[in-house]
Amino acid sequence: METITPIISFRDFSFQYFSQSEPTLYNINLDIYPGEKILIVGPSGCGKSTLAHCINGLIPFSYKGTITGSLLIDGKDASKDNLFDRSKRIGTVLQDSDGQFVGLTVGEDIAFSLENDRIEQSAMKETVQKVADMVDMGTLLNSSPFELSGGQKQRTALAGVMVDDVEVLLFDEPLANLDPLTGKTAIDLIDRIQKDYHKTILIIEHRLEDVLYRHVDRIIVISDGRIVSDSTPDELISSDTLQKLGNREPLYATALKYAGVTLTPDLHPGYLETLDVDKIREPLTEWHTSRPPHEEKVPGNIILSVQNLYFQYTSKRKILQDISFDIQRGEMVSIVGTNGAGKSTLAKVLCGFVKEDSGSVYFNGENIKDWTIKERSLKIGYVMQNPNQMISKAMIYDEVALGLQIRKYPEDEIRQKVEHALKICGLYPMRNWPISALSFGQKKRVTIASMLVMDPEILILDEPTAGQDYRHYTDIMEFLRGLNRQGITIIMITHDMHLMLEYTPHAIVIAGGKKIGDDSSVAVLTNASLAERANLKLTSLYELATRVGLSDPQGFVQQFIDYEEANRHEV
Amino acid sequence: MKSKLFDYVERDNFVFNLSGMTKLVCFLILTFTVMFSYDARVIIFVLIFSFWILHVSEIRFSQIKVMLYYVMIFLAINFVLTFLFSPKYGVEIYGTEHDLFSITDRYTVTAEQLLYQGTKVLKYLSVIPLGMMFLLTTNPSEFAASLSSIGVPYKASFAVALTLRYFPDMIRDYNDIALAQQARGLDLSRKEKLGTRIKNIMNIFVPLVFSSLDRVEIVSNAMDLRGFGKHKKRTWYSFKPLHKGDAAAIIVSGVILLISLAVTLFINHGRFWNPFLH
Repeated sequence: METITPIISFRDFSFQYFSQSEPTLYNINLDIYPGEKILIVGPSGCGKSTLAHCINGLIPFSYKGTITGSLLIDGKDASKDNLFDRSKRIGTVLQDSDGQFVGLTVGEDIAFSLENDRIEQSAMKETVQKVADMVDMGTLLNSSPFELSGGQKQRTALAGVMVDDVEVLLFDEPLANLDPLTGKTAIDLIDRIQKDYHKTILIIEHRLEDVLYRHVDRIIVISDGRIVSDSTPDELISSDTLQKLGNREPLYATALKYAGVTLTPDLHPGYLETLDVDKIREPLTEWHTSRPPHEEKVPGNIILSVQNLYFQYTSKRKILQDISFDIQRGEMVSIVGTNGAGKSTLAKVLCGFVKEDSGSVYFNGENIKDWTIKERSLKIGYVMQNPNQMISKAMIYDEVALGLQIRKYPEDEIRQKVEHALKICGLYPMRNWPISALSFGQKKRVTIASMLVMDPEILILDEPTAGQDYRHYTDIMEFLRGLNRQGITIIMITHDMHLMLEYTPHAIVIAGGKKIGDDSSVAVLTNASLAERANLKLTSLYELATRVGLSDPQGFVQQFIDYEEANRHEV
Repeated sequence: MKSKLFDYVERDNFVFNLSGMTKLVCFLILTFTVMFSYDARVIIFVLIFSFWILHVSEIRFSQIKVMLYYVMIFLAINFVLTFLFSPKYGVEIYGTEHDLFSITDRYTVTAEQLLYQGTKVLKYLSVIPLGMMFLLTTNPSEFAASLSSIGVPYKASFAVALTLRYFPDMIRDYNDIALAQQARGLDLSRKEKLGTRIKNIMNIFVPLVFSSLDRVEIVSNAMDLRGFGKHKKRTWYSFKPLHKGDAAAIIVSGVILLISLAVTLFINHGRFWNPFLH
């Protein structure tokens, strides 16, 4: 080992953006050796993206700031090279696979770097074909980004950096925009690329459990700009580092802790596959048999009923086919399914943005066929995924008041309602702030507050926690749970399995425009064929239970959820 | 929910197989020919020629229907307004006055005015099919390469490709934002007063601009990281190499231009063809 030079080496490295008053990275010492596969985790704002920028050269070449200490690439001082040289050695796959798709077709996008290098056309086509084949995109060279799934766009992006035959591949949150099954495929692909082409792999991701589906050599944990842990998965999962920092540990690891198992590296808890199940069978079985059975909730009144709903944009593409379901007042429901399955369209039909071709929607028993968008919005609030797409005012108060002002409510009533909504959302102290001063999660709350002022009975949220780390995720979801307790029915479109499992007892599964499941989330995530058809994965809790050989694996998952909920109440 | 800037359908015929650069050059040459000349005979010739090309290119009427309607409306308005604002412009140009019938004193329809306005309509009618054809028969990927090959700096050319790439995304964002704003009670329909409607549309543009700015940063990072702007020149993956057909097309367009110039210089002795001077 001693003779190998690290490919990337940080020595007492600190970085401070010019626009900020304090450094974002402190005293980083990190060696990355050729052929290693390293996962970098940490909450939002911990500095992991900044670290990535330092590695791929966007710092200091695009983002300016002060650097102290040194960064050596292949043992040479990296401050001497430029962004173009750097990108020849270190290829970056950005988080937003749609935004980074600069070509009009797959082939063009993959060729982008070659074009900039003035490679002659025939040689270019040859390389593009070769690299596209490596990532299984070889037959889709003429496809436009509008025809591709998120996973395919990401593969294109990967091919786009591999044309340069880079040594290091840096993935910035590769799972953020993918559904669970596609995410799993992506992790598989990264694994294969590393093995077949001997690349050094760096993955920045906070969805630890999903990355640990395949082997990684080391996990670096960053918090507040410092490296706080650098260890193997087995060591990290056995420690309490993740918990202390408010990161999410794998669910199966949490379950083991609930069952009173003390995790140690020799149990190999880093991956579910390597976990020594024989040693934990006894305590887990005992926990499983000692927990009380699940209590079914008494069904409430039906607030929303959808019956035989059909919708299509054109006669060729049927989007929704014969969808029927009931939602009870006070429920929290997930609508899950593959991208393009019709989840968002369903929400659009409910809000009246598009008109169903046939079928009916009943709100509190009343057919709302003839309700306009504006009328529906008083009962059903819709919160988009990206708050930046909803916010049109500069000040928080004005933004939240907008809906009421349009409806010409008297000024004092507006004030009262807005202040009430801001209090619920924890934004009251900031009511006179400009929205630009808020974080993503706070903006999300603003958009929710601007729906709440209209006293809706149902809130529909599109991917409420997309791109959020565990702490912000928990904040948003606990907030929504609080709203739910106050009587608002909450429907979420999501492919976050944790969200489904932990927060929404009821899940409606849509695939290819049809409803393929309507059951408890636990049942959906423990049903292999259903999960697969909806591009979900089985929860690791279920896999743990089956590996250990528990008598009722599905019941075990339910027990876990009930246990968590009970404990949360105590807090 | 595919919303592309325009619908490109791949076909195999002479026009489709031309390089985008050739089509652009021919389009520019013929446009210049038609814009420069006020000789109805030359323009009718180009008109027939361009409709023939349209026929050869196998573009379906349904592909251009909507665009054609807009053009017709525009031409009709333009025709009426030209007459309203300068009913005697034709007389001024041609120097004679053949009254046909009169509506009021000011508005007398003359043969000269009809010729002048008729020529103008023909100009538009002959150029528009060519423009539509360039758009509909050129693979969008080839646009940037074509522009770059006629001397437009590649950064500017690539901006065109980027526009084509991200325009549909913008449209989608715009629709989403508009719907979300309507759900909050914003009325964008004709029921609202114009002033309020404009104000309401502003409420959509603000979020659109901000979410687009987010994207600009991502796109520019992605491009930097893959070496955009490294050299003074770049190659193009989707550039279509030139063939014999390309040379032929450019020569034919060039000949038409020369004929038109010859007619202007030697027959009409000016940009206008004047049949009234006999």
